[in-house]
Amino acid sequence: MSATSTVIPSGMPQYEGQPRFDVAKIRADFPILDREVNGHPLVYLDSGNTSQKPRQVIDAINEHLARHNGNVSRSVHTLGTEATLAYEGARAKVAAFINAPSVDEVVFTKNSTEAINLVAYSFLNASLSPKGDPRFTLGPGDEIVISEMEHHSNIVPWQLLAERTGATVRYLGITDAGRLDESNLDEVINERTKIVSIVHYSNILGTINATSRITARVREVGALLMLDCSQSVPHLPMDVVAYDADFIAFTGHKMCGPTGIGVLWGRGELLAAMPPFLGGGSMIETVAMSGSTFAPPPMRFEAGTPPIAEAVGLGAAVDYLSAVGMQAISWYEKQLTAYALDALQAVPGLRLFGPKVPVGRGGTLSFDLDGIHPHDVGQVLDAEGVQVRVGHHCARPTCVRFGVPAMTRASLYLYNTTDDIDALVLGLEKVRKVFA
Amino acid sequence: MQLDQLYQEIILDHYKKPRGRGLREPFDTEAHHVNPTCGDEVTLRVTLDGDRITDVSYEGMGCSISQASASVLHELIVGKPVPDALTRVEAFTELVGGRGQVEPDEAVLEDAVAFAGVARYPARVKCALLSWMAFKDALARAVDPSDDNSGEIKVGA
Repeated sequence: MSATSTVIPSGMPQYEGQPRFDVAKIRADFPILDREVNGHPLVYLDSGNTSQKPRQVIDAINEHLARHNGNVSRSVHTLGTEATLAYEGARAKVAAFINAPSVDEVVFTKNSTEAINLVAYSFLNASLSPKGDPRFTLGPGDEIVISEMEHHSNIVPWQLLAERTGATVRYLGITDAGRLDESNLDEVINERTKIVSIVHYSNILGTINATSRITARVREVGALLMLDCSQSVPHLPMDVVAYDADFIAFTGHKMCGPTGIGVLWGRGELLAAMPPFLGGGSMIETVAMSGSTFAPPPMRFEAGTPPIAEAVGLGAAVDYLSAVGMQAISWYEKQLTAYALDALQAVPGLRLFGPKVPVGRGGTLSFDLDGIHPHDVGQVLDAEGVQVRVGHHCARPTCVRFGVPAMTRASLYLYNTTDDIDALVLGLEKVRKVFA
Repeated sequence: MQLDQLYQEIILDHYKKPRGRGLREPFDTEAHHVNPTCGDEVTLRVTLDGDRITDVSYEGMGCSISQASASVLHELIVGKPVPDALTRVEAFTELVGGRGQVEPDEAVLEDAVAFAGVARYPARVKCALLSWMAFKDALARAVDPSDDNSGEIKVGA
């Protein structure tokens, strides 16, 4: 990769000191990168939306369905046993990937959205029950803290919870530079706060939030902390112990795995105190006509037949990412992001949203081009084979904060190269010509 | 090239030089529609004189397709009797929703035939229909004031 103009001060970790991988070899693992779109080689810059899948993941899912398919946790036969081992094996892989102290702290969900809803509904259900654990009971006067930078999936569940319990939702703002505004942190997070749920890596601004001040304040006031890690777990090493969070949510399909599988990690003692979310098979201890008792976590939160092949695929994705190395991936993307920031900021008429330097930000680059509507930008880029996301990115409050109805977003992953960024820049020239 | 079918000269011309843009008074009814998937919105007013539509004024923000389609709507509808306007709305809706299988009638649709290309891009059909649905809504209430539609409609996500 060519040198970038961003110099890391001496004494700090340098690009050269980091583990590497061969991007050509990585690209060969992703069959889709061979295809053409509208007569041009595919330039996939929408991994923040969903990532592409390596052959290893596709093969693992096929192999499971072709050779080991059975239902889990309920069969004595061989196929059922193999499926159960594969499903629980995937859970163990995920637990190790995020350094969870116990495998039982990993709950499989449909996606991040369901994981966040699971926690929000735990608060609602506890609040409705006379025996609800006080850490999860909410009422008028209690506060929920989120931020202006959140994806709708980390806004709407809390708004619904507040409406139903009488609690209040409060927001941390965004600075002009696209960072979380912590200037009034001690006021927004206070003794009335019961839960703080903050995005770790913004899906629209690319900002990677430093969480230590927030965590310290959350501990000080005795609230709980949830991190929406949908965009961070695919790109950065994650250690739930080091981050000292209470819950994190992420999803399989943004980290080389399939759709239909997500993860809620929660501190064991908290999961144990939470009432069930969905009721049904697999989540019970015993069922009688007079009432039921429930299984311990994680089974308590996995009612019904789970997404088994999807879990196996996520396990394979974790193996794949681990083999490449999350440290290597994060530094490769840091270097690519530095290149992209330089290249995009040189495009006439381009206004970049979010941090302008590759520090405390990832390779999620949203911008406006000469006021040309993002739908038009995306359409012209698509005709050149360049796939980007356009719209409000399910983060409308962030768009409103920066005074635009929509943005165009390019998001990078381990298989992208500087050639992809060059193709984007050339495509943007084309856009300007069409709408000049 | 495919892209030229979508961004025809006529569409780009209406986008760059919109006809009849801006909200005017007096008016009979107003409708505000948004497209929740992209955040595009339009506010549109209808003025009637008996059975004749004397003005369609609008203000909005959105992509070239949504803005050009509002401009074309203004040009096609103003001065027309209500039944004629409804025929055009129907023809336009059929054209852009037709997945490229509908042959447009130029006598009815005039400049709006340029939107035939949009029909091949399913993701853009809602952009083209935004102001037309707002018009249909405002017109329905102008013709029948007992219509209790609030005028605040979201095009399905």
